Amino acid sequence: MNLKEWIFTTDHKRVGVLYLIGSMAAFAVAGIMAMLMRIELSTIGPTITANPTQYNVWLYTHGAVMILGFQIPALTGFFANYCIPLMIGAKDVAFPRVNALSVWLFYVGVILALLTFFVPDPPDIMWTGYPPYSTITTGNTALYTFTVLILGFASIIGGVNFLTTVAYMRAPGVTLNKLNIFVWCTLGAFVLQLVFVPVLGTAVTLISMDKYLGTHFFDPANGGDVLTYQNLFWFYSHPAVYVIFLPFIGVVYEVIAAHGKNMVFNYKMVVYGGVGGIVALSGVVWVHHLYVSGMADWLRIGQMITTLMISIPVGLMMIGLIGTLYRSSIAFTTPMLYALGVVFLFLIGGLTGIPLALPALTIGVSDTYYVVGHFHYVMAVAGTFAIFAGVYHWFPKVTGKMYSEFWGKLGFWITFVGVNIVFWIMMDIGVKGMPRRYYDYPHFPQFEAAHQWMTVGAAILGVGFFIAVLNWIMGAKNGKPAGDNPWGSPSLEWSTVSPPPHGNWPTPPSVAEDWHPYGFRKD
Amino acid sequence: MRKFAHWFVHRFAHRSVHQIVAGVIGMVLPVMVSAASETVKINDPAAGWDKLWHNVIVDITIIGVLFALVTAWFIWTSRRRPGNEVGASVKLSPAGAVGWVVIPVFVFLSIDLYTAANGWVLWNHYRDVPVNRMEIKLESGMYSWDYTYPNGVRTQNELIVPAGTPIVLRMTSRDTLHSHYIPDFRVKEDSMPGRVTYLWFNPTKPGEHIVACAEYCGVSHGYMAGRVIVKAPDEYAAWMKGEETKLAATTETVPAAKSVKTNKPTTAAKKT
Repeated sequence: MNLKEWIFTTDHKRVGVLYLIGSMAAFAVAGIMAMLMRIELSTIGPTITANPTQYNVWLYTHGAVMILGFQIPALTGFFANYCIPLMIGAKDVAFPRVNALSVWLFYVGVILALLTFFVPDPPDIMWTGYPPYSTITTGNTALYTFTVLILGFASIIGGVNFLTTVAYMRAPGVTLNKLNIFVWCTLGAFVLQLVFVPVLGTAVTLISMDKYLGTHFFDPANGGDVLTYQNLFWFYSHPAVYVIFLPFIGVVYEVIAAHGKNMVFNYKMVVYGGVGGIVALSGVVWVHHLYVSGMADWLRIGQMITTLMISIPVGLMMIGLIGTLYRSSIAFTTPMLYALGVVFLFLIGGLTGIPLALPALTIGVSDTYYVVGHFHYVMAVAGTFAIFAGVYHWFPKVTGKMYSEFWGKLGFWITFVGVNIVFWIMMDIGVKGMPRRYYDYPHFPQFEAAHQWMTVGAAILGVGFFIAVLNWIMGAKNGKPAGDNPWGSPSLEWSTVSPPPHGNWPTPPSVAEDWHPYGFRKD
Repeated sequence: MRKFAHWFVHRFAHRSVHQIVAGVIGMVLPVMVSAASETVKINDPAAGWDKLWHNVIVDITIIGVLFALVTAWFIWTSRRRPGNEVGASVKLSPAGAVGWVVIPVFVFLSIDLYTAANGWVLWNHYRDVPVNRMEIKLESGMYSWDYTYPNGVRTQNELIVPAGTPIVLRMTSRDTLHSHYIPDFRVKEDSMPGRVTYLWFNPTKPGEHIVACAEYCGVSHGYMAGRVIVKAPDEYAAWMKGEETKLAATTETVPAAKSVKTNKPTTAAKKT
């Protein structure tokens, strides 16, 4: 096991593990940024930095790295790479070298993002990079542009690869109606990436052209329009929410089915209604990010209705999850705890989004901590819990060893308490008027105690995540052998040895007529 | 006419009294209600915001608690134990599978459309500016709120308004995005260069309200605050008179307003 073998690997499993290591590093960095911000906000006035720009750089890094460096790569990089070929019974992906290129680009992107800490004028433009600020700031907008372009490109070539792989490389007998829910969800996510990433690429390229090459796309004094950028940006970045949501709910389906030993409830409803519905609606709801941006009224009303309709596919996916729990046989393992945590916390996150679908209510709470709390419940909490559930779930497959259940469960409960302290309070003070992206809040002294509680909560959840990551490292080094199929799952990735060799199966797998990835019960 | 009377008597004579009373109430009540709502016309979006917010929060709490209880019940009854070693999911019939899609879809869709209808009504209040409004121009910049009154009086970071007059802000920005957020009036809207946006609010009682910037605008974003100071109409008039005198005393010329692309300026002029 030498370094060169890993760097030049074309094995989808190793590429996946490289994605996991890179995205976890990004998670750690972005998490430290969050912690620094929480400490800064624990008192009114300067706490650990007297320079608001320093705070804004932390905030930029936190947002951009969490989304582009951690969640999307962990879900569509690690899980998709590691699990999809194994789940469909393929030896590898369709284009292994393209896959290797994708992970190289990902590392270049992460390194660019981390250069934020070394360039003289780091970007302070938030992960949204709205002009005119991004074109007039002294901060380094180009770094943002290139980070987004490179990570976006890595994701696009991954998408081409996986769509091809699933279309052409399924083992005999693995029909479309016998694909794991996770595979369907990830396919949906990659379709969205292929359609929408180019729009984001365009948007961020145009701000750098405006700033460095003297074009006027977003400069109203010369015929440009600042709102165009926001439309382009959210035309990608709302679907990006589903690029995260779909794979993570897919992971939760896998974990709940395997640890509940149960058939997924109403499989076709989940696939066609849930995944299909989200893919179909995802491109027509972006204006809900622009409810107070000065968009035309008819667009705000029209997309209010489409936004509310997102509750239909998402609701069907929740029914599928809860239905899978019904009459199952639940083992309360660590991955299952995280997955059940997702069910409850996503309920909070999803439902608190309903007021935000209405422009009339958003006009009161837009750009406040309510919005921040809401999307942290959806993405940061539900999404990250799902990632942790998945890593624990496939840990025995990836390493061939078992993690410690005790530390795993301890980490889960600590994190569970921490996230609820932070994000519940966050939503509460948001409704009361605390605006977001504030380095300091001298005009809202009534929220100081709440900020301090959130800082405490952030420290608690940080400890929980730290225990989990430490548990993986210790488990990978010293864990007991786990066996090939510790969860007793019929899903194909468990039918090979752990860890799987290059090529995955000594002989190509073939499945029986009555095989199903969730066929736990034979009768 | 006689023919009609004949028909009427014939038609209703054999109805019992309570049926007729119920019918009359059924016809009159909606008229009364709409008449009543005309007199107490809710055109203050802030009050409507609180009401709708409350209703939506109650709704989502009920839905959330319901889902959570069902989930918790399923988890508890499905825990692995002797005799329950493997899941025993229900095998749905084709009709059952379709039913489990169609029925939830209709339930969710009806909740959505109900919510959308209420949201739309409130939205119309937010965009229907009363005719007796006062229009004040706002230019935002890094990092101040600059207000210009119809008579040319200017203030910075202090929007002084008379109680009882709806206030419309016509907003633009001289540098980057800002968002004029008045938490107490449940309203905000971005201001930006090149477009004119608007918001309105209805100050009813004298008092002070914070104005915060709600769109990231750079290093002093968190400090970009102002106040809405609502004065009693006579106090306001006295203050305005003083400002006008000051304005007349200075020989400062008002720079010509730059022509800007407007974002549907006519909407706001609509009658309520």
